[in-house]
Amino acid sequence: MAATRSITWRGALTDAFVGGLVAAALALPMLGFRLVDSALALSVGFRLDWVLWAALVVFAGRLALNLLRMTGGLPDLRLGERLSARMGNTRHWASWAMIGFATVLPFLPFSDRSLVDKATMVLIYVMLGWGLNIVVGLAGLLDLGFVAFYAVGAYSYALLSTTFGWSFWVCLPLAGLFAAGFGVALGFPVLRLRGDYLAIVTLGFGEIIRVILQNWQDLTGGPAGISGIPRPTLFGLPFLARAPEGGQTFAEFFGLKFSGDHRVIFLYFVILMLALLTNLFTLRIRRLPVGRAWEALREDEIACRSLGLNPTTIKLSAFATGAMFAGFAGSFFATRQGFISPESFTFIESAVILAIVVLGGMGSQVGVVLAALLLVGLPEWFRELQQYRMLAFGGAMVLIMLWRPSGLLSSRSPTISLGGGK
Amino acid sequence: MEYFLQQLINGITLGAIYGLIAIGYTMVYGIIGMINFAHGEIYMLGAFISLIAYLITTTIGGGSVAIGLLVALAVTMVFTALWGWAVERIAYRPLRGAPKLAPLISAIGMSIVLQNFTQISQGARVKPLPPVIKGGVTLMQSEHFTVSLSYLQIAIVLLTVALMAAFTWVITRTPLGRAQRATEQDMKMAALLGVNVDRVVSTTFVIGAALAAVAGLMVTLYYGVIDFYIGFLAGIKAFTAAVLGGIGSLPGAMLGGLLIGLIEALWSGYFSIEYKDVAAFSILVLVLLFRPTGLLGRPEVEKI
Repeated sequence: MAATRSITWRGALTDAFVGGLVAAALALPMLGFRLVDSALALSVGFRLDWVLWAALVVFAGRLALNLLRMTGGLPDLRLGERLSARMGNTRHWASWAMIGFATVLPFLPFSDRSLVDKATMVLIYVMLGWGLNIVVGLAGLLDLGFVAFYAVGAYSYALLSTTFGWSFWVCLPLAGLFAAGFGVALGFPVLRLRGDYLAIVTLGFGEIIRVILQNWQDLTGGPAGISGIPRPTLFGLPFLARAPEGGQTFAEFFGLKFSGDHRVIFLYFVILMLALLTNLFTLRIRRLPVGRAWEALREDEIACRSLGLNPTTIKLSAFATGAMFAGFAGSFFATRQGFISPESFTFIESAVILAIVVLGGMGSQVGVVLAALLLVGLPEWFRELQQYRMLAFGGAMVLIMLWRPSGLLSSRSPTISLGGGK
Repeated sequence: MEYFLQQLINGITLGAIYGLIAIGYTMVYGIIGMINFAHGEIYMLGAFISLIAYLITTTIGGGSVAIGLLVALAVTMVFTALWGWAVERIAYRPLRGAPKLAPLISAIGMSIVLQNFTQISQGARVKPLPPVIKGGVTLMQSEHFTVSLSYLQIAIVLLTVALMAAFTWVITRTPLGRAQRATEQDMKMAALLGVNVDRVVSTTFVIGAALAAVAGLMVTLYYGVIDFYIGFLAGIKAFTAAVLGGIGSLPGAMLGGLLIGLIEALWSGYFSIEYKDVAAFSILVLVLLFRPTGLLGRPEVEKI
């Protein structure tokens, strides 16, 4: 699209000039003036030089872009396509290499506690992305309230363990079941809706769950959340400096010197295992009748119906399955943090997870990993930049979408197709 | 009875504001079939720009409230419309014809950008503005309760009605409106018949943003506090209003806005203020269950 139009010097300059002018007009109210709240009243401060800077930056950027286009030096926009085409042969290899790397990561010489911690965070989002991929990527249902199930999973583990003292490994499947149950209960009335209506209703449910968590003081602790959530154990061996009476700690059992790193690494492996489980499940279920029905439904609902498939049940199963994995991820999140509050389950989380799925290329499992690394991993490194982090995050979402509208790795076609397919 | 009347008045005022925002959603959805997630943020920008414009004009103009407000209204509409235009140009236009979810993600990204941009450039603290339009009329008085209708509420409702009338006239009577409706029905066919589709879409965004800007100004005056986060919830509720009324339908957006405003005011008046958002969404779910295309929406006919 870019290379076909020839651009003259003059055109490039005018275009950049107009761009700069627009930027100045945009910046004038928001950057040029600043609201100052003093003790007396609100007043307005000036910083008109910022407007000039904004205009200059846009002018220069626009000019550089145009010149690049003129000389044909714009980087090949189809890099990703070629990459995914070539990945076709090596994809198998690449995924095994990634799994291998993920397995040895905590023991590599350069990895320390914070790196493993960040990797754990990324893996949570990978798992959530894979879970949502079932709903959005495979079944084609747009879910903007996925975080609701994540929250249900987290709160069910937190409540079960703090009230009844059940261990993480008992609660994990229960949390998944609860989340799936919620998925069915919420999904049942709304799954008749199509496309964007479904999106807004799921968004509404996400918000409802958060509001309830925030206001049901007796059960959820309200805005203060739940703290003191027990940590997981390895077959009953806790990761503590000193064992509770009559027990042994992990370090004692294996004759190691106690170190806080053990727990971090253990948590990392737990989430790696859970994430891989999600992946394996997705890869397998795609080939089962129900998985094929999901993909068929995504491609053409009317055709499905005329072949005697019941769209509601199929959608419901996809919804519940995705919710279950979100529930697993949620209870892992609760046990890792040791503290949860409604703050962690805002709409922005749903948006991030959806962005990971779409940026990755809907339905592509490797794409989800790449997108999670890009969207969650990178900003974790720039945590020091604090407020600019989210700005860059949103900007990255827009730019990646503009650069690769169908995701980093292009959308996958149905697993099974007739004639000439795979 | 008095209490009910008061909640009714509050609800209608709130509903007018939601309705103005909802129009932006419903128009954009009708024409390019995307949820413009950044629209709530455009409204938030409108609130900030109006506050800045008002403060500047009253400082320069010697403190006349009426002139200050009128200038602020005009300035806000122009600059916010420019923001709306720019957002469409940067984040949505290149994605026309892309897979359906791409513009949605781009819109969510844009909304995050605008929110954080405002937080950085204007500070995260809540911005208070002392009441500008004071006073009102007392409609009814009993021993326990006084029903009052403030001048501000009258102004908000009147301005909304005027804008709606003007807007309806533009859509139904002018060449621009005709092009807009044609593009909404069939973008490709409209383009073949000589409608400049890009310009029509841009105009749609500009009009939507200008209306949201007015809503921003109203909220600044009505609540007296704004912060960078107000766009999110208002945006969701306005979108809910648009869906409730039947997305793509302009009278529907107004009706939906009014209903959401009423539900919210009555719910917080009679039940609990904490769960007012839950009430709005629950009504939405109920309505969609029985009328899947909203109250005034046309049923979608699917051709094979």
